[in-house]
Amino acid sequence: MASVDTTTNAGQLLAAASGGRRRLGDRVFSRTAVLAAVTILALLAGVAIFLLSEGYPALTAAASELPEGKTFLDYVAPLAFGTVLAAALAALIAVPLAVAAALFITHVAPPRMALTLGYLVDLLAAIPSIIYGLWGIFVLGPKMVPVMKWLEAKLGFIPFFDGPASVTGRTMLVAGLVLAVMILPIVSAVAREAFAQTPRRLREGAQALGATRWETIRMTVLPFGRSSVISGAMLGLGRALGETMAVTIILSVSGAVTFNLISQANPSTIAANIALDFPESSGLAINALIATGLVLFAITLITNMGARWIIARQEGE
Amino acid sequence: MSNESKGSLMSSSRWLVVIAFAVALALGVAACGSSSDSETGSGGSSSGGGEVSGEIAGAGSTAQQAAQEAWIAEFENANSGATISYDPVGSGGGREQFLSGGVAYAGSDAALSTEEGELEKAEKRCAPGELIEVPDYISPIAIIYNLPGVEELKLSPETLAKIFAQEITSWNDPAIAKDNSGVDLPDTRITPVNRSDESGTTENFTEYLSEVVPSVWKFEVSGDWPVKGGEAASGTSGVVEAVSAGEGTIGYADASQAGELSSAQVKVGSEWAEPTPEAAAKVLEESPLDKELSPGKYTFAYQLDRKTESEGTYPIVLTSYLIACTKYGSASEAEAVKAYAEYVISPEGQELAAEQAGSAPLSPALTKKVMPAVEAIAAG
Repeated sequence: MASVDTTTNAGQLLAAASGGRRRLGDRVFSRTAVLAAVTILALLAGVAIFLLSEGYPALTAAASELPEGKTFLDYVAPLAFGTVLAAALAALIAVPLAVAAALFITHVAPPRMALTLGYLVDLLAAIPSIIYGLWGIFVLGPKMVPVMKWLEAKLGFIPFFDGPASVTGRTMLVAGLVLAVMILPIVSAVAREAFAQTPRRLREGAQALGATRWETIRMTVLPFGRSSVISGAMLGLGRALGETMAVTIILSVSGAVTFNLISQANPSTIAANIALDFPESSGLAINALIATGLVLFAITLITNMGARWIIARQEGE
Repeated sequence: MSNESKGSLMSSSRWLVVIAFAVALALGVAACGSSSDSETGSGGSSSGGGEVSGEIAGAGSTAQQAAQEAWIAEFENANSGATISYDPVGSGGGREQFLSGGVAYAGSDAALSTEEGELEKAEKRCAPGELIEVPDYISPIAIIYNLPGVEELKLSPETLAKIFAQEITSWNDPAIAKDNSGVDLPDTRITPVNRSDESGTTENFTEYLSEVVPSVWKFEVSGDWPVKGGEAASGTSGVVEAVSAGEGTIGYADASQAGELSSAQVKVGSEWAEPTPEAAAKVLEESPLDKELSPGKYTFAYQLDRKTESEGTYPIVLTSYLIACTKYGSASEAEAVKAYAEYVISPEGQELAAEQAGSAPLSPALTKKVMPAVEAIAAG
């Protein structure tokens, strides 16, 4: 067979073969790509269907049949509040820190140091959340007790630090701090990628006009990376909303709806509540827990759509 | 040649289609299904070197988990042909799985109730045999506290209830000082710690409070802690950790898990009682059966006498039950359940649980009373 190949017009054969292969390759590729996209959609739909069908009995049940004898809305509202509060607190702490770290790594630090530092920040993402939880109750929580006492004494007039300060350190503030550390790597990684791609000519142009390093960053790097920072922040927020283990371990929950970040009475989060109550639940209580999962799903979806909308609007400008 | 390679590529793309179908199918199944039944106990296969063979599955209370694990390990050691499994899904889940026939036996922190016909369904599940319900795990619940400088603390039920209801908020409150003369109580703020997850420990503790001091404790008895605003932690270990971490904290936990922490003495009658295994077992011994919940001759649902005033008892206890049937589908299954249940109730089994899980062994009198129930298991 090989001898036949060599005697025919090699050029023609090559063209035909490569042409045929390309068509086949294209087909395989496009089908694989479509399949992957459809799989993701099907997964999402599957989860939504599961949450809806299993949560539905709780949504329609009478208050007396549900846990704590409350209507489903009354049951889920404090949980949703706690979820959003914890995630917002985490994002509020993590995003500025992550952006600053990304700026330092991409535009300030010497290259070798930047490489190591970037690697170390990424490493934070590899730590399992239960480890963060244990670190939260054994190390950060007790260390934060005097800090929270100080906040209560000096800044007690602000509702956030109303107190009385917890003596164990299992507060919303500590949970928010731990969540912030957990989402730091993802926000920072996305920001770093965007900042690193700032066109060189823009920066050089700014410098040629006599801009200082800070002015250069403010006028070129930050505007260029803005939409990426927002989408990174939303990714982080999404992770913080759904984070279960660390919050379950750290937070002292008692169903209170309060902005007080340093007391022992905190609202629970949806994910932590499911983890805490699922093992001893049965019957309709399980449906109620799954229905709260549906609410979390909706919150996450709305957050992400909000982020898309912000980015789209920014790019339109 | 090009045809050949084309053919193999085509078939690989066909494979992709097959995989796509498989994925879709799996998704469909995942979306519809939520079945969580575990394997039914199936008859014994091969006879090993031991006395009993067979495979049985149980599920239920997380409180019993440590004890069940110890029992299973010892039992399987002695009966190499037997395989026992225990899934700590929680008491409610265990009862549910037992009723549906998913498991051969269940462990539950509460006796089968008449609510939603649970007891009736259980009797039906066991027919034509009879339902067995015997206490197999008793554990004192200690009131643990962390107050540097205070080695010994005495609390009357009323004070205890007021502390956990957040009515007494300072350690030097006159109500506490009255029972602790000679102890230098600081003015530290009291931080009561409760379980944040649903638990049998919480249910038993709140049941004690509401029965003994109903004038102070007006909350519903439930596995979910009813008072808002306290410090909450997940699991027994979480409560112990929270109490250890903060100054002025007080919590309730399985006595075996209290570790280095001091336990308060609780007033029983005119005595001050400590959470010892003996005192816990004695309460059960002195308690009457709940007639309504114990219809059959093999059901022993106790109406715990929380208000007991007799000496040497400690009424804050958790009682967990073993639920099974006298008849099973196959002889080998019945034989395995019988042998295992007998071992669990036996003095050796109870001693092992006391060692491994810190529970209170059933008293000899109690063992004698409930043993006929598990001995009644027979092949049908």
